[in-house]
Amino acid sequence: MSAPPNRLELRGITKRFPGVLANDRVDLAVRPGEIHALLGENGAGKSTLVKIVYGVLQPDEGEILWEGRRVEIRSPHQARRLGIGMVFQHFTLFEALSVRENIALGLEERYERGELERRIREVSEGYGLPLDPDRDVHTLSVGERQRIEILRCLLQNPRLLVMDEPTSVLTPQEVDRLFATLRRLAAEGCSILYISHKLEEVKALCERATILRGGRVVAVCDPRVETARSMAETMVGAAIREPARPAGRLKRAPRLLVDRLSLEPEDPFGTALRDITFLVRRGEIFGIAGVAGNGQDELLAALSGERPAPKPEMVRIGDARVGRLGPTARRRLGLCVIPEERNGHAAVPELTLTENALLSAHGRLQLLRLGFVRRRAVAAFARRIVERFDVRTPGIEVTAGSLSGGNLQKFVVGREILQNPEVLIAAQPTWGVDAGAAVAIHAALLELAERGTAVLVISQDLDELLALTDRLAVIHAGRLSRSFETRDVEIARIGMLMAGVEEPAPAEAS
Amino acid sequence: MDPIVATTVSVISAATPLLLAANGELVAEKAGVLNLGVEGMMLVGAVSGFAVTLITGSATLGILAAASAGALLALLFGLLTLGLMANQVATGLALTIFGVGVSSLVGAGFVGTPVERLPRLDIPGLSDLPVLGPLLFGHDALVYLSVAMVALTAWFLGRTRAGMILRACGENDEAAHALGYPVIAVRFAAVLFGGVMSGLAGAFLSLSYTPMWVEAMTAGRGWIALALVVFAAWRPWRLLIGAYLFGGVTILQLHAQGLGLFAVPSQVLSMLPYLATILVLTLIAAGSGRRRLDAPACLGRPFRPPA
Repeated sequence: MSAPPNRLELRGITKRFPGVLANDRVDLAVRPGEIHALLGENGAGKSTLVKIVYGVLQPDEGEILWEGRRVEIRSPHQARRLGIGMVFQHFTLFEALSVRENIALGLEERYERGELERRIREVSEGYGLPLDPDRDVHTLSVGERQRIEILRCLLQNPRLLVMDEPTSVLTPQEVDRLFATLRRLAAEGCSILYISHKLEEVKALCERATILRGGRVVAVCDPRVETARSMAETMVGAAIREPARPAGRLKRAPRLLVDRLSLEPEDPFGTALRDITFLVRRGEIFGIAGVAGNGQDELLAALSGERPAPKPEMVRIGDARVGRLGPTARRRLGLCVIPEERNGHAAVPELTLTENALLSAHGRLQLLRLGFVRRRAVAAFARRIVERFDVRTPGIEVTAGSLSGGNLQKFVVGREILQNPEVLIAAQPTWGVDAGAAVAIHAALLELAERGTAVLVISQDLDELLALTDRLAVIHAGRLSRSFETRDVEIARIGMLMAGVEEPAPAEAS
Repeated sequence: MDPIVATTVSVISAATPLLLAANGELVAEKAGVLNLGVEGMMLVGAVSGFAVTLITGSATLGILAAASAGALLALLFGLLTLGLMANQVATGLALTIFGVGVSSLVGAGFVGTPVERLPRLDIPGLSDLPVLGPLLFGHDALVYLSVAMVALTAWFLGRTRAGMILRACGENDEAAHALGYPVIAVRFAAVLFGGVMSGLAGAFLSLSYTPMWVEAMTAGRGWIALALVVFAAWRPWRLLIGAYLFGGVTILQLHAQGLGLFAVPSQVLSMLPYLATILVLTLIAAGSGRRRLDAPACLGRPFRPPA
């Protein structure tokens, strides 16, 4: 008796881009009903590989077997007809279109309007993923948006579901619910190819893992018997020193104080900030958790000075009341910021690394003289960032946009840290960054706090906050909860606060 | 004819070229392409329509020639911006300048020659009705076409799968590509449609509105059409309202000039439609926020499909 054929098998897949060998003779086998993890650093070739599976890209060499038969997948249409569904990391949704239209665009079969609505309701309720087909996408939360992507796949009864980092934007409860859905799908015989940087999740969910490094398969393992650390080391190809869990810091002087900060949103779909109150002490790392869209962007803008606060005393750096000051004045007082969006907010993708180094550092590092740029000093500063923070780049005169996400993030983090800030605010500092770069960034933040800087980390990644912070609070609907000592916080409680189930208690007085 | 009815009929005439051109641009913009060459495509349409009608004596051939000429310029625009990723704004402006030049060159020999006006589609009985007759019946084919195209565009964009795919390409080109839709081909088709409609708008000017060829006879109507698309918030039926409003302003100022109504120089009155355009765009921009969502999210953004 022979075992059933693999649902999907890749043999010797090779894909070249100009100057890069993205996939080098990659073999991968996914069994029926298996949840299979695909791991690797950024740039290891995972995205290229799944794009080949989904027909977005064509391999240069190698063959694809679907249920034992050789196939060529020329387009996403063909992939969907075979029974391959894909949930992208960056959602492929159309903001101005309705849920129903968004789903229809991802389906091969054409439905009558009413029939499609009935199917959407049926499947979404069947899997516990409620959605209203008539809502426009821009009115939905991130978790709801992901449901659209998943439903789009489920409506075609997929036999292989590819998920690219699906949990990076979800609350712990949403993650649990997603996992329940995925386990049920697998039990029904659907195979799942699961891409994630979160190795603990992979351990909890997946039966097998294929690990890529530099475009090649370096290991196939059972994540349930591996440790997160051993898998990370296989991905990176070197031993990783996890940053030590920070010891509780002493009650030192507050450096950043935010006092009853309320601010109406600029954007009609933005979130109003309501009585935000917290403080960050010298040498402390303070975390703000929360699901995207609950006021994080507005809070960052109010702290950085991009949007002035209504009153000067609402934001204080030490004794200085800076609420009405702009970003440059706040930087001079020692407040440096790492915004979430690398391309376009933290850095200008079309400008070179040198120019980007100048943009935020000219005030603190005296990179200007009489209004002229001190080119040599700027170049030296850019080189120092690249060296100290191990930014992998051909040089400092390449554009920021040409760097991979992780490398650009290391550059941005380095640029701010090397300005020796009194207060550093980092939003999503390791968003979409590979394990190696994430460890480096975490280590840099810890070291900075060690030297006495007050560090504020705003992140949706609860694991990151738990590993990094001394205290943390949760932001929901523009209000900040009271703060908790990270050491003895209950994750379930934080999850409830993130979901807005528990009304945040009144904020502590500063 | 009752002067009010006569005025209304002339408003319809003044609105028709705006409506045709704006409708074409709306579809192109819905697909994510900003073509600022409307004025140029209209002029080339106007001169081709005029010349072919004069030479062959067939208005039908003239109209077809105008549509083809508009499409030809749109094809050039598409090759440059969609094929070679040229900047859409710069290319559109160049297209307008090119259209002004090439239409003057082609039309040099035709200046001042009259041509027979497009025939009115009279329906015996109905066209003779008082008030309603001249208002609803007895226009030429392009007037009816301009309104019919609004209905067709609204139906196509809102009700058909192809229209939904077109909107998807303008809303999120990368996602549309990832789902397997041919973004560049869809945009090309939309740009060509825009060219055809601009060409027809030009033909209406040189064959019906003032049946002759005058250099640069569009007189900025292409730009007003562009503004109308914003005014209409990219919705076809609002385009109808906007075009007739602007047509009304145009006729109003003509009558005011003719009657010497206001003690202001005629040049100031001639400015009215353009001032109204600026006013409307400013008001829309001031009320921004929610309005931003009306615009297709990828408008004017070049899309290069990954290898």
